[in-house]
Amino acid sequence: MLDLSQYQSIGQALKDSLDQFANEVCLIEADREREKERLAYRDFKVRAHPLAKGLQGAGFSAGGRASIIMTNQSKWLISAYAVFFTGGVLVPLDYKLTPEEQWQLLKHSGAKFLITEYPIWRQLCTSAGSSAAADLQTVLVTEAPANADLAGALRWEAFREAGEPVFILRKRHDTACIVYSSGTGGRPKGCMMTHENYLEQCVALTSIYPFWPGVRYLSILPTNHAIDFMVGFFGPFTCGATVVHLRTLRPEYVREAFAKYKITYVSLVPLVLKNLQKGLQVRFDALPSGKRRVFNALVAVNKALTRGQPRPGISRRLLKQVHEAFGGELRAIIVGGAFTEPQTLQFFYDLGIPVANGYGLTEAGTAITVNDLKPFRADTVGKPLPGMEVRIVNPAPDGVGEVIVCSKTVMSGYLNDPELTAETIVDGWLMTGDLGRIDETGHLQLSGRKKNMIVTEEGKNIYPEDIETVFESLPVKEFCVFAANYIWPKRSMVGEQLVLVAHLESGQQYSEELKRDINARNNRLLNYKRIHGVVLLDEDFPRTASLKIKRNLLAERLAKFEAAAAILPL
Amino acid sequence: MRTLEQTTKEVLDLAAKHFQLPAGSLAPGDDFFKKLGIDSLQTLEMLSRLENHFGIELPDYEVQGVSDFKTLAERIQSRL
Repeated sequence: MLDLSQYQSIGQALKDSLDQFANEVCLIEADREREKERLAYRDFKVRAHPLAKGLQGAGFSAGGRASIIMTNQSKWLISAYAVFFTGGVLVPLDYKLTPEEQWQLLKHSGAKFLITEYPIWRQLCTSAGSSAAADLQTVLVTEAPANADLAGALRWEAFREAGEPVFILRKRHDTACIVYSSGTGGRPKGCMMTHENYLEQCVALTSIYPFWPGVRYLSILPTNHAIDFMVGFFGPFTCGATVVHLRTLRPEYVREAFAKYKITYVSLVPLVLKNLQKGLQVRFDALPSGKRRVFNALVAVNKALTRGQPRPGISRRLLKQVHEAFGGELRAIIVGGAFTEPQTLQFFYDLGIPVANGYGLTEAGTAITVNDLKPFRADTVGKPLPGMEVRIVNPAPDGVGEVIVCSKTVMSGYLNDPELTAETIVDGWLMTGDLGRIDETGHLQLSGRKKNMIVTEEGKNIYPEDIETVFESLPVKEFCVFAANYIWPKRSMVGEQLVLVAHLESGQQYSEELKRDINARNNRLLNYKRIHGVVLLDEDFPRTASLKIKRNLLAERLAKFEAAAAILPL
Repeated sequence: MRTLEQTTKEVLDLAAKHFQLPAGSLAPGDDFFKKLGIDSLQTLEMLSRLENHFGIELPDYEVQGVSDFKTLAERIQSRL
C-alpha cells in the first residue's frame, strides 16, 4: 500500500498507484455471464490520461466541479481519476434519483461538467427540471448508440486528446468531493469532503480490513455512495487491488460473480445481506434431516473455534460448500448504509463469514466505528477506528446519549449552508444526531435517533422535509411529514417509517377521496420514500413568528397519543 | 409479433404466478412495490423471470424508476 501520510491529494495518490502497480489487474467489468473488460493499472492510465487531457483542453481546471451520474462501471472510475488528476472537485450523484432531483443537485453543486451514461442523459433531457437546469458547460455521455441524438452532449469515448495532461496538485484541506448525503426536494446537504478526509479514512479502514494486490472487491453499492467510493475505488487502488463491476445486479449474476472472480470483499446494504441470509436459510432447511444434523454440528464446531477471532482456513474446511458458494476466498462482507440486525450478523459469523459491521455518516467520511472482530460482537457497531474520537453527550442514566465525533475525516461543512454547518459541527465535533452508548469494552451500541429522519434498509437517508413537496396543496388545513421514530422513540433503528400528520379543516372528514389523493401523491415518490400512514391532529400546529412549523414542539404534542392507534394505515 | 396488450397480459400473468397470486388479480396500472409488497431485490428476480419468458435482455437502466406493470410492459415491448 502507498504511504498515504506522504500525500497531499487523492489525485496524487492515484497517479502513483497506476505506476506502482502497473502490472496488477485493477478493474474487471462483467455483464451477466460475459466479461466485458479487464484492465491492468497501466491500461487504466492509457484510458484515463487522454480523457484528463481532453478535460483540460475543454477548460476544466483546478477547483472546477464535475459531476458523475453513472452506474458502477470502469468509466466511472476512469472519469473520477481524470477529474482528480486535473485538480477538479468531483460531485458524485446517485443514478437512482429522479431526473428532477439530479438536476436540482447539479444546480446546487455548481458543476460545469457532467459525465453520465446515455440512458441517464436521455432521461435528464426529457425531464421537467431541465428548463431550470444547472449551468452545464460540457456533458460527456458514455455508450451512446451510433445514431443517437446527444442533445448537445459529447461522446465520452471520443473525448480525448493526445499528449500528456498536466497533473494539478491540490492541498490536503482543499475540497475533493461534494457528496450529497440527502436533501433533494428540501434543503440539499452537500458535504464538502477534503482530500485529507479521504486519505485519513483510507489509512484507518485499511488498518483493520487491508487490501493488497490480488484482493478482489465486488462493487455493488453505488460508487457515489461514501462506502463504495472508499472501499470500491480509493482503498483498493492505493493498495494495488482489483475492483469487479457488474453491469446488472440480478441476484443470480451476483451469486455467480462470487465464485467466478473469487471475491475477497464485498459491500452490501442490510437489505441485500438479509436476502442472502434468507436464501441460505431456505437451502439449509431443505437439507434431509441427517445431513442437516451434520451441518448444524459443523456450524456449532465452527462457532466454538471462532469465538475469539475469525479463522478463515478452518471455517472454509468445515463448511466447504457454503464457502465455495461465495467463491471460497471471501474474507469479509462489509455492511453499511443502514443499521443491520444482530441476528443477521451472527448468522454469517457462525458460518465463518465475518461481517464488517460498522457505523458511519457521509459527513464523517464514511466509517466512524467498525467491528475489529477481536472478538466479533453482533450486538454493537464496533470500536472507533484509529484516529476517531467518539463521545456520548448528555447521557441518560443508562448511558445513552447523542454520539459526537472528532476526527480528520469529518467534512469541512455543507456547501452553501453555513447555518446548517454551524449546527452540525460544534467546536470541531460532528453532532451525529444518532443515539447510543459506549460499553465497558469501548464498543459503540446504537439505540435510535435524535433527528427527524429515517434510514431505509437499502441505506437511503430520508428527511421528511424533502418529501413534503409532493403533498403541497393537499386539501387540508395544514400538514407535515415526520419520522414515526422521532415522535415515538422506540430505541431501534430497524423498520423505520414516515407518517403524514394532517390537521383537517373545520368540519372536514378524513374521506375516501382525501385518502385517494394522499395515496396518489405518495405513489409519485420513489418506493423507499413513501409514507406509511396518516396521523390526524385536531389542533393548530405550533409555528414560529415566520410561520415555520415548530417540529419538535409538534412532535411532543403527538407523542401523547399511542402510536399504534394514532397512525392510520394507507 | 406480440401487441402491447398481449405483452402486458403476459407480464401480469407471470407476475401473479411468480408471487403466487390468483390469475387476474393484477392490473396494468398497479404499483408492483405496493401491490405485491416487494422490495427492489424481489423486483430484480421478477425481471429475470420476465426476461427468460420473453427471450430478451432488459438492462437495469431500462427499468430504473419503473414501478407499474404498464410501463414495465412498454419497456419489454420496445425490446421484442
